[in-house]
Amino acid sequence: MKVLVPVKRVVDYNVKVRVKSDQSGVDIANVKMSMNPFDEIAVEEATRLKEAGTATEIIAVSCGVAQCQETLRTAMAIGADRAALVQTDVELQPLAVAKLLKAVAEKEQVNLVILGKQAIDDDANQTGQMLAALLGWPQATFASKVVIEGENAKVTREVDGGLETISVKLPAIITTDLRLNEPRYVTLPNIMKAKKKQLDTLTPEELGVDVTPRIKTLKVSEPPSRKAGIKVADVAALVDKLKNEAKVI
Amino acid sequence: MTTLVIAEHDNKQLKPATLNAVAAAQKMGGDIHILVAGSGAQDVAAQAAKAVGVASVLLADAAHLQDGLAENVAEQVLAVAGDYSHIVFPATASGKNVAPRVAAKLDVAQISDITAVDSADTFERPIYAGNAIAIVQSSDEKKVITVRVTSFDAVAAEGGNAEVKTVDAVADSGLSSFVGREVAKNDRPELTAATVVVSGGRGMGSAENFKLLEPLADKLGAALGASRAAVDAGFAPNDWQVGQTGKIVAPQLYVAIGISGAIQHLAGMKDSKVIVAVNKDPEAPIFGVADYGLVADLFTAVPELEKAI
Repeated sequence: MKVLVPVKRVVDYNVKVRVKSDQSGVDIANVKMSMNPFDEIAVEEATRLKEAGTATEIIAVSCGVAQCQETLRTAMAIGADRAALVQTDVELQPLAVAKLLKAVAEKEQVNLVILGKQAIDDDANQTGQMLAALLGWPQATFASKVVIEGENAKVTREVDGGLETISVKLPAIITTDLRLNEPRYVTLPNIMKAKKKQLDTLTPEELGVDVTPRIKTLKVSEPPSRKAGIKVADVAALVDKLKNEAKVI
Repeated sequence: MTTLVIAEHDNKQLKPATLNAVAAAQKMGGDIHILVAGSGAQDVAAQAAKAVGVASVLLADAAHLQDGLAENVAEQVLAVAGDYSHIVFPATASGKNVAPRVAAKLDVAQISDITAVDSADTFERPIYAGNAIAIVQSSDEKKVITVRVTSFDAVAAEGGNAEVKTVDAVADSGLSSFVGREVAKNDRPELTAATVVVSGGRGMGSAENFKLLEPLADKLGAALGASRAAVDAGFAPNDWQVGQTGKIVAPQLYVAIGISGAIQHLAGMKDSKVIVAVNKDPEAPIFGVADYGLVADLFTAVPELEKAI
């Protein structure tokens, strides 16, 4: 079974981003970039499927600027066999990415696509579901456990109020939740090996996909900041403030 | 211009998140219809018909719509989507699961987790874990939207009088099937709807110690929450997680105990009216957003607090 794992290059999760002074967006020049944490979990899950003998080949794919190659090298250091970059400088939105991924999935004849549940920059939580719709495949989102049983995948999903388990027919789309696995650290020898692995570059034009954004960002602003609070001396003072000042208890 | 709101329900009860989504839909203008897709969900449709501001309720009833499988529910939405200008889902686990599937089939972009409606095509939504607010405009003919429920006050559940129309159910896609459900046992208020939330973090130390929060929560009539660190360490079940990747809450009072305040956690709670932090580290970032901070050992402060309230 061939597995496709889309990965996204995003601002590192530890960075506190700042809004640009002209309010055109968020300042991402000179900040640390990394692989989206949910995508790391996706690569790890694919790698574990390969180690268990279920998956035969893992292809990592990323869409965006040339620097996404670094993200793909990381994916190959974790365990992807080869990678493809769909290179473009156009701002990509989830629908465009889903269309690009559909083209790649069909080209590579994969049986399973594992994506992160959301990217921590746009917080959209759309691409996996959109890809499933475009391919006409079933989807198992927010997965915390995946078991491949012949022609089906049995997936436990994190939903409001608990967990639910569904069975989807392969080929299928799975999106990862945080508790699916703990991604391994990439080791230096594996980083070196990843440099020798194959990395193809494609363009949206080659794949026949129009990536024009559908949603226009008019303005990006700082969230309203909270009024500075106070520190209280002890529990009695705290309860007094809550009762008499904030009047919430 | 008419808006279709997709009801969140368990085939017996209409979930309150639906009423918040209706409130957001009212700001978009035009009539509001609700789609109830389920099995044996007549009661849900009757409840939806009583919600204030709803003009019509569509009920699609079939066995394969019972468990909210994305493939079937999305097809059902598409089957009735024809005349609607806006299709609105609450941004719950099931709304987020289905909405993008509907949008992609309609070849439109989806707008996730909106916190404000500026006009019929312009919306506000948080990005980067709530560290920035984007105002976005959709150029698509149909808008598919998910609504952050804590950002809109629910419409009244009683007082409306819409008619319920039965619509034909779509055929079963056969692509997926429901296996089972593990519902977390919880007799407290629902986390996203609670007016008071008491949350514990890594500082609680163990699942046993987490029980320390229960008497306090009981006294305050609060829901219990947790940070990701506490959930990952196994101190609390994962549906208690508050944050960017968990639940988004905005209660009247949020009490953070032993939580440092990582940006991913703050994304889930910083719209709370009053935030209280109890932490022994005076430098913890949680004190940057807390209205009232208490630098103290939680193991003495929590029982004291419970007694004092």
